[in-house]
Amino acid sequence: MKKQNMFFRMITASLLRRRSRMLVALLAIMVGATILSGLVTIYYDVPRQMGEQFRNYGANMIFLPAGDNDGISSSDSDRALADIDKNNIVGVAPYRYETVLINERPVIAAATDFSGAKATSPYWYVTGAWPSESGQVLVGEDIAELYGVAQGDEMTVSFVPANTSEVSAEKNADENTKENEKSMKFTVTGILDTGGSDENYIFISLQDMQALTGESAAYDMVELSISATQDKLESYADKIGKDVSAVSPRLVKRVTQSETTVLSKLQSLVLIVTVVVLLLTMICVATTMTAVVTERRKEIGLRKALGASNKSITGEFMGEGMMLGGIGGILGSVLGYFFAELVSMNVFNSSITFQPLLIPVTLVVSVAVTAAACLLPVRSATDVDPALVLKGE
Amino acid sequence: MSLLELKNVSKIYGNLKALDNVSLNVDTGEWVAIMGPSGSGKSTMMNIIGCMDKSSLGEVLLDDVDISKISSKKLTEIRRDKIGLIFQQFHLVNYLTAVENVMLAQYYHSMPDEKEAMEALERVGLADRAKHLPSQLSGGEQQRVCIARALINHPEIILADEPTGNLDEANENIVIDLFRQLHNEGTTLIVVTHDPEVAEVAQRTIVLDHGKLVKEVINENFNQQNQASEKSAKTVKTDEEKSADKKSESGKKTKKKK
Repeated sequence: MKKQNMFFRMITASLLRRRSRMLVALLAIMVGATILSGLVTIYYDVPRQMGEQFRNYGANMIFLPAGDNDGISSSDSDRALADIDKNNIVGVAPYRYETVLINERPVIAAATDFSGAKATSPYWYVTGAWPSESGQVLVGEDIAELYGVAQGDEMTVSFVPANTSEVSAEKNADENTKENEKSMKFTVTGILDTGGSDENYIFISLQDMQALTGESAAYDMVELSISATQDKLESYADKIGKDVSAVSPRLVKRVTQSETTVLSKLQSLVLIVTVVVLLLTMICVATTMTAVVTERRKEIGLRKALGASNKSITGEFMGEGMMLGGIGGILGSVLGYFFAELVSMNVFNSSITFQPLLIPVTLVVSVAVTAAACLLPVRSATDVDPALVLKGE
Repeated sequence: MSLLELKNVSKIYGNLKALDNVSLNVDTGEWVAIMGPSGSGKSTMMNIIGCMDKSSLGEVLLDDVDISKISSKKLTEIRRDKIGLIFQQFHLVNYLTAVENVMLAQYYHSMPDEKEAMEALERVGLADRAKHLPSQLSGGEQQRVCIARALINHPEIILADEPTGNLDEANENIVIDLFRQLHNEGTTLIVVTHDPEVAEVAQRTIVLDHGKLVKEVINENFNQQNQASEKSAKTVKTDEEKSADKKSESGKKTKKKK
C-alpha cells in the first residue's frame, strides 16, 4: 500500500468514525461558507437588482440635437438606440414640444409615445387614465386647475404656426391668427401629478401633434431609461456620440451619480459584512480545531512515540482540516445560493442570478480559511511531548 | 554483545532525582525486567531508553550511539527504527481498526503493508478481529494488537511498560508467552513491571528504589523454564486463549446486559 493511500485512509477514518466530533467543525465551516457564498452572490447581483429599483427614479440618459440641428429625426434616434444593448433598455420616450392655445392662452403641449413615457417616468401619478387613442389628452395638474378641467371634459387645442403668430402679435393679430389657426378637440383622460414642471404641460400623442401642426417635425428630446452602471452608460454615450453625429447623448447626472453612490455604499457594506463573517468563521474553526487537537493530545503523543515526525503530524491534521474545509465549502456554496435567493426575494422581490464560478471560489476559500485556522492548533500539536502524554499527565 | 549501556545516568527535575547515577548493561537478545515501587524511576528509565526523554547526566548508548546527546529529530528516527513500545494503557488509535493500528507503525517506519500487518495479528491470535475497532476488543485483545504493532517493524529492542497491568491472569499468560517467543527469536526485551510473576520469567531482574538501582537478580532457571514453557506452549496457549476469549466475550455480554 502506498503511503498516500494510508494517509487518506487515516484521515477518512478520523472524519467518518469520529462523526459527532467532526460534525461540529464541519457545521462551523459550512455556516461560514454558506454566508460567504450567499453574500458574495448578493454583492455581485446588487447592481442588477438595484438597477431595476433605480429605474423607478426616471430617465438616466437623454438624446438632444447635436450642434445647430433643430431636432432629432426618427431615423437618427433609431440608429443611436441600436448602439445600446436591447436587454438593458427599460424605456424610450421621444418628446416634441409646441406652443398651443387653449382658450386663446398659450400653453406648452408635449407630444410623446405614452407607453415609452410610462416606462421612463414610472413616478408620474395619473388621476384617471393614460391616453390610449387619438384625440385624448393628459393634462398637467397646474393646467387643469387653471382651466378648471377634470377627467372626461373636452378641451379645444389650437395651433398657430410660429411665423404667423409673430406677425399677429405685431400687426393685424385677429385676422392672421384666425386665418392660419388649426384646432382639435381633445378628451381629458387623466390629470398628471409629477411634483415638477411637467404639471404645466398638456400631453398628447405624436400622431395628434402631427395632425394639429400639419407637419412631421423632429424630436426635441428623447428620454431613455437604461439598466446599467454609470461606466456602462458613459460607454454607450461615447459610442453614440461617435456613431450618430446628429445626436448628442447626455447622462442625467442627478440619477446616475446617486445610483453609483448608493451602489458603492451598499457593495462596501456587503463586502465589510463578508470580511467580518470570514474572520468569525476563521475564529470559530480555529477554536473548534484547537478543541479537537487538545482532545487528541494522547493520540498525537502516541503517533510521536511510534516515530511520527512533526511534519507528519502537521500533514495529517492539516489534511483532516482541509478535507473538512472542502466538504464544508461544497455544502456551503450550495446552501449559499439558497440563502442569497431567500435574501433577494425578501429584499428585492426578485430571483438571484446563479454564479457558477462561485462554487470553486467558495471551495478554495473554505479550504484556505480552514487551513489557516488549523495552523496554530496544529503547531501546538507538534509540541506535545510523547513521554508526558503517555504517562497520562 | 551490549546493545544498551547506561553509564551513571541521572534524571533531575528541580530538586528531585528521578534517576540517580544508574548504570546498566543490556545484551542483544536479553530479557530484562525492571521492578520497583511507584516513584522508583521505572517509567523515567523507560522514557530515556525509549528515546522519549533525555537524561540530565551520564551517557546512554544504544547500539553504540549516545542518545543522551542527540537532537529530538534524531531521537524520533532511532525510536522509529530500533524500538517497539508496549504500554499498560494499550494506546491504540480509537478510530482505526486493529489492522490499521498495526499499519500505523509501518506508515511512520517505511511502507504500510496490510498483508504483513495481518500476519502480525495472526501471530498474536487476532486475525479474526483485524477489522474491529479498539472499543470492540477486550483489554487482552487490545494489548495483543499493541504487541503486534510493536513487533511489526522488527525492532532491535522492545520496551514494555506494565504490559500486564490491566490484564487478567489468562491474558497475562498469553502476553508472557508472546514475549517468550520474541525472546527466542532474538529480540531484546525490557519489561517494566510491578508484578513479581512477570519479572520471574525474565532472564534478569533489576530493582529500582528512589531512582537508584538497588538490586539485580539473575534467573538461574531461565533456560529450563523457557524449555518447559515451550513444550507446553502449544496446548497451554490454546487453552489460555480460549479461556481469555471466553472471559472477554462474557465481559461484553455482561456489559450489554447492563
